[in-house]
Amino acid sequence: MNFSFTTDQQNIRDAILKHCSQFSPEYWLERDRDGVFPFEFSKSMADAGWLGVAMPETVGGAGLGITEAAIMMQAVAEAGGAMTAASSIHGPVFSMQPVSLFGTEEQKQRMIPPVLRGEDRICFAVTEPNIGLDTTKLKTRAEKREGGYLVNGEKIWISVAQNANKMMLLARTTPLENVKRKTDGLSLFFTDLDRTKIDVKLIHKMGRHAVDSNMLFINDLWIPEADRIGAEGDGFKIILHGLNPERILLGAEAIGIGRAAIQRAAQYARERIVFDRPIGMNQGIQHPLAKCWAQLEAANLMVMKAATLFDKGEDCGVEANAGKYLAAEFAFEACHTAMLTLGGMGYAQEYHVERLLREVLIPRTAPVSPHMILNFLAEKVLGLPKSY
Amino acid sequence: MKVLVSVKRVVDYNVRIQIKPDGSGVVTDGVKHSMNPFDEIAMEEAVRLKEKGKVTEIIAVTLGGAKGEETLRTALAFGADRAIHVKEEGEIQPLTAARALAAIFKKEGAQILFTGKQAIDDDANQTAQMTAALLDLPQATFASKVELDGTKAQVTREIDAGLETLEVDLPAVISADLRLNEPRYLKLPDIMKAKKKTIEAVSFADLGVEAAASLKTIKTTPPPTRSKGVMVKTVDELVSALKAKGLV
Ligand SMILES: Cc1cc2nc3c(=O)[nH]c(=O)nc-3n(C[C@H](O)[C@H](O)[C@H](O)COP(=O)(O)OP(=O)(O)OC[C@H]3O[C@@H](n4cnc5c(N)ncnc54)[C@H](O)[C@@H]3O)c2cc1C
Repeated sequence: MNFSFTTDQQNIRDAILKHCSQFSPEYWLERDRDGVFPFEFSKSMADAGWLGVAMPETVGGAGLGITEAAIMMQAVAEAGGAMTAASSIHGPVFSMQPVSLFGTEEQKQRMIPPVLRGEDRICFAVTEPNIGLDTTKLKTRAEKREGGYLVNGEKIWISVAQNANKMMLLARTTPLENVKRKTDGLSLFFTDLDRTKIDVKLIHKMGRHAVDSNMLFINDLWIPEADRIGAEGDGFKIILHGLNPERILLGAEAIGIGRAAIQRAAQYARERIVFDRPIGMNQGIQHPLAKCWAQLEAANLMVMKAATLFDKGEDCGVEANAGKYLAAEFAFEACHTAMLTLGGMGYAQEYHVERLLREVLIPRTAPVSPHMILNFLAEKVLGLPKSY
Repeated sequence: MKVLVSVKRVVDYNVRIQIKPDGSGVVTDGVKHSMNPFDEIAMEEAVRLKEKGKVTEIIAVTLGGAKGEETLRTALAFGADRAIHVKEEGEIQPLTAARALAAIFKKEGAQILFTGKQAIDDDANQTAQMTAALLDLPQATFASKVELDGTKAQVTREIDAGLETLEVDLPAVISADLRLNEPRYLKLPDIMKAKKKTIEAVSFADLGVEAAASLKTIKTTPPPTRSKGVMVKTVDELVSALKAKGLV
């Protein structure tokens, strides 16, 4: 049991916090107001080689693990950019894993380096409007033709699609009626986001306005066979490999946001004088903040444990789910507590806490809801009957 | 041209410093540390000179406990070619550091020792000057501009009266002030490359250096808290208030 950072990990955290200090809280508030993708930030991260943190060296990455990626993404969120900063580089940092693990050598060399250099921008299209969390039922259809696939269907919540030129797409290649197991018959593609065949409609949402989420209407999109990742029908299995790392990263990011909120609140509580003394002298202000700190750091241990297990090649499903759940719930409480600590100013945009509160709701609900995590833990850890 | 850069691991500048209850020093356990900001500037200057082709090899040196390796890895990521870790636990006084740096400087046959003008932990501002004295070399402290020209360096210094430009013969000791440059942001590939560079560990004994014990810290106390100020409305009021306190 070792609870300390390695030299590398400490240096990654420090270097990221420093790098991100180029982008002030006001920069992130401006992007939230004008809704413009943080191009300057994502380019600076590409130029400094950070996007390849967890990609193999053979495709231009650093060859580090999910632990290092989690430490990096946590610092990115914690530095003030919250989910906007994290989501703007989530694709390149994380979503190319299927290609690196299951792609051919030709695909790896063709697809990954331009993403790490920031030249190709990607979105990850799984969720559909009519099936929700029941992913194996997804309906977007990729019909096999000579040399490729013809794709039709609808996707929802697809982040970055307004600005992406590439798309990772999960679609059904064999109808549900014709497969033995419901996890069969889905295939994964990494292909051009062809706007002549895909209508991208912005969803107006509560926060993270600079990183768009969208409805996708796909109409006769042609995908060449060379863009299919892994064997036909193996798409779901491939996606499963990424679920735990994704939970780990989201959990780490949530904790970063919670820490940022608590820091802001503690500073305000030290400085704000009411009834002739700092409000932070009242235990009614101190205790909730101290409790949030303890909760966040405990959640962080679970997230880092999951990351460590994953990098060792061990099972981490329970830890990754529990870590994401704890991180998101406690980070939400931290942001809410911070907002109340700031009184009226907690509701004012220029104090940044309300933005953190709006953005911390994303890791709370996505990519998997707290309900589904608890369903999973009840079944896997407690041996209760499967409820879904 | 070979240059030496000294880098020190200090409590991070963002940390709110707390005094140990027994007054024996400041709390350092579990507190974020990083490279002394002035040393980062010194490091950056050396790297820029190397990029301009004026310097051929950069050796980063730190003194202190095992954790100093983090600071050296950062220096290597900045662009140092190799590093020397004078691995000694416990307090190291400026004179001891100067002796160790002088010994390494001689052994390596370096042309310039770059240091930060001071370390933000004890703000002693002595090591560069003492090292120059021990080596009997010219010194140019508080540099805000450095230009190398063969066997000489032109150094602009920040002094109380403004700026002063010195020319020093090399080898020499140069300490960096805040405005010398803005250190770069580290790139991940450079952090990865730094892992493959060598760090040589040496002790005071290896260097033939004796630790100085000329200073003794008796007690550490926080600065007095400021008492509440008085608001004045006019300049006249201010002047008479200052007079009343015997300050003008
Ligand atoms: C900001 C944002 C960005 C996103 N980006 C992407 C993206 O880039 N790509 C992508 O593919 N997806 C993305 N998503 C989608 C996200 O992963 C989904 O919102 C999520 O999977 C939930 O699906 P749903 O909204 O259809 O919920 P539903 O499945 O409709 O669920 C609704 C509610 O019912 C609950 N529920 C359902 N079944 C059960 C059960 N058996 N037991 C208990 N409770 C249950 C759920 O927990 C949830 O609270 C994003 C979502 C958001 C909000």
